[in-house]
Amino acid sequence: MHPERRVVITGAGVISALGGDVRSFWESLAAGRPGICPIRGIEANGLRFRNGAEIRDYDPLLHFEEKQLNFLDRFAQLAVVAAREAVRDAGVSFAGRNCAVVTGSCVGGQNTMDDGFVDLYRKGLPRVNPLMIPKVMGNAGASQICLEFGITGPTYTISTACSSSNHAIGQAFWMVRSGLVDMALTGGSEAVFSYGFLKAWEAMRVVSPDTCRPFSKDRRGLILGEGGAMLVLETLDAARARGARIYAEIVGFGMSSDAHHITQPSPAGAAKAMAAALSDRGIAPEAVGYINAHGTGTLTNDVTETAAIRSVFGAHADRLVVSSTKSMHGHALGAAGAIEAVATALALRHGMLPPTANFTEPDPECDLDVAPNVARARRVECALSNSFAFGGLNAVLAFRAL
Amino acid sequence: MSNEILDRVISVIAQTQRIPRERIQADSTFQELNIDSLDGINILFALENEFNINIPDDAAQKISTVRDMAEGVARLLTAGTEATAATTPNAP
Repeated sequence: MHPERRVVITGAGVISALGGDVRSFWESLAAGRPGICPIRGIEANGLRFRNGAEIRDYDPLLHFEEKQLNFLDRFAQLAVVAAREAVRDAGVSFAGRNCAVVTGSCVGGQNTMDDGFVDLYRKGLPRVNPLMIPKVMGNAGASQICLEFGITGPTYTISTACSSSNHAIGQAFWMVRSGLVDMALTGGSEAVFSYGFLKAWEAMRVVSPDTCRPFSKDRRGLILGEGGAMLVLETLDAARARGARIYAEIVGFGMSSDAHHITQPSPAGAAKAMAAALSDRGIAPEAVGYINAHGTGTLTNDVTETAAIRSVFGAHADRLVVSSTKSMHGHALGAAGAIEAVATALALRHGMLPPTANFTEPDPECDLDVAPNVARARRVECALSNSFAFGGLNAVLAFRAL
Repeated sequence: MSNEILDRVISVIAQTQRIPRERIQADSTFQELNIDSLDGINILFALENEFNINIPDDAAQKISTVRDMAEGVARLLTAGTEATAATTPNAP
């Protein structure tokens, strides 16, 4: 064990409704410009909702050989596209360094399964594509990343619904910190837009018929999003030794289970995970200036999260900026934590806290400073990024500006 | 609202919640019946199938008794447009 090892982010990659790279992602976040539009990737006429946060103008053939696409579901493609940008951005080589790959995904290659089952049940075809199994598996993205970069270290995928990639990044962070590996490539990806999966979300009655307005009194639910985001993690010493540009340090990871209800969140569980992230490396609550909230825009999440933040931070809660970038990139489920980790690291680096977009009216039950609609120029020392999943599983990351 | 609709709504609730039909009265609240948000969504799904209707999300949040739910179904069946039902959805 090397308890003194400090872990920093030296590379980032993201593809989302806000664009195909980190630069366009940050430009949209800083401008408070949402990527929420009418769904056009699939026929959405049979749905009660119309809007989603889809990646625009994504052409798989610009990223992959045609033959490669035979065995890559969209979710795995997004993982690889984000990983390539992160690796390029970090300017890192894997030669001679033991690297871990830990990814998160909630539903893996569900698009492929949906298509295959349409063939089977509706078209009455007698067989499905033999590549369905390797395309559907949740670790398809992680495995493809290893193949592409020749990475042979510890590699796995975590599936904890909307907390998946926060759990993934947390595990990778701990592996680098402990000295188990030299570096890690970690994040998550999700491709949600299949008709069958959207119908299932419709039945849950939590998807907004218009847009996502976290913490706003007239919020009507979440907006589903898709995307992939990856980070390169290494030790501070290694980063400095090779003169790498550093986005931020990861200084804590906390987890908890609500043990309360399968879908209804509990303030106690969320608070426990935030407190655990702070105490992981002894960060004082007063050092935190920004929280990238889970902030789904459902009636219940935003009230519960507000109560949880107040219980952890007490009077300091009124000095925090708490924003939900899901108002712009949507809720990308298993990729959400990774996308928001990139947003949080960029916020620390640029001294600019992204806003909660689409905000219209304060809710007395969500009485935090949510940076309505306009980014806040503010340098803060530390930041948290929250993920709270269906099933009551919570994962929170703590970051520090360097 | 006809008694027939109320009877069928009570049957749907009894079936989906696995509780004896006799325990459910028109004025029973969901709280008394121990029906939470996710149960409520499940009941809406069963009602949509039972009556072959589509229950919109909006206004579904103000309903707190079995009678409210049956009246909502009746309105949907007659008007075919406006709708009410069930409970507040929750999501993390």
